[in-house]
Amino acid sequence: MNDTAAPLIDVVGLEAYYGRRRILHGVDFSVRRGEIRVIMGGSGSGKSTLLRHIIGLQRPVSGMVKILGVDVGRASAQELLTVRRRLGVSFQGGALITSMSVGDNVALPLREHTQLDETTVRIMSRLKLEFVNLGGFHDLMPSQLSGGMIKRAALARAIVMDPELLFFDEPSAGLDPVVSAELDELILRLRDALRMTIVVVTHELESAFRIADRITVLDQGDVLTTGTVAEVHASEN
Amino acid sequence: MMGKGSELSRDGDWSVLRVWGEVDLSWSQDVRKQVLDAYTKAKSLAVQLDGVSYIDSSGIAALVEGFQHARAKGGRFALLAPSESVRAVLELARLDRVFPIFSDLAAARAA
Repeated sequence: MNDTAAPLIDVVGLEAYYGRRRILHGVDFSVRRGEIRVIMGGSGSGKSTLLRHIIGLQRPVSGMVKILGVDVGRASAQELLTVRRRLGVSFQGGALITSMSVGDNVALPLREHTQLDETTVRIMSRLKLEFVNLGGFHDLMPSQLSGGMIKRAALARAIVMDPELLFFDEPSAGLDPVVSAELDELILRLRDALRMTIVVVTHELESAFRIADRITVLDQGDVLTTGTVAEVHASEN
Repeated sequence: MMGKGSELSRDGDWSVLRVWGEVDLSWSQDVRKQVLDAYTKAKSLAVQLDGVSYIDSSGIAALVEGFQHARAKGGRFALLAPSESVRAVLELARLDRVFPIFSDLAAARAA
């Protein structure tokens, strides 16, 4: 990691509201290239709201959110679209399209956003399924997959465009410890082999400590602490 | 070698495609075209990858297509001296066990 390079994500003084209720209380948050950053916090801590702002689904009312150098609050719709194509997001529930095969789900972003030859699209989608240990599942339908497989298929779709930034919402939720550990190992390998910068939202301590370079802990809309695994371990918070 | 690029040459009954720099979506389709064009000049293709600092899955897809083409047409396909970063992606895709990988063309010929 290069400490002197501009951060890929830079959040300064972010406040967020639902109605009159303040969800984020001036959050500062930055992520460096090549880093795996884990955002932790209990229910209602504001971690999902922070994630929605970082991936550009919500514009900041107050404060600044910069992703890949683009100020989300000031960006045009076209600029936001361009940035989003450089991001991959794996949602908690998988969000696979149930009427399409697993392979077609994974290939969808390539068909929608690139002019790649169909042969290349097919090879790339199969490669990504191979990355997540679903090599033989291309033609199955999502309803034929287990919960852990759906998460991995969703991850394959999130990385099919080789994004610079990958967001992973609750990768371990609902998985048994062995599958969860395998997924953590995969996240580490993706970072190392494909040079991805990865932000993981989780409430699973064990998983966070396995994969994080740095951890940010949110509590009721405030950053409680940010640091390495050792620093968070040592923190009185 | 500066930046990124590729160079196709002929060595006996093999085409040798030397690629260097970062192979990503911005020009992997050019590499794909060169891989496929190489088979019009010789039945077998070796892709030299020691100068590749990064390859994404669109670049790997070009190599897969080259490999499939050789198998379909009865030719040979080889990767020569892939860099550490290329090896990491090949291993992630489990293609390190599929592609014939050699240190140089002489080793590929002898295999």
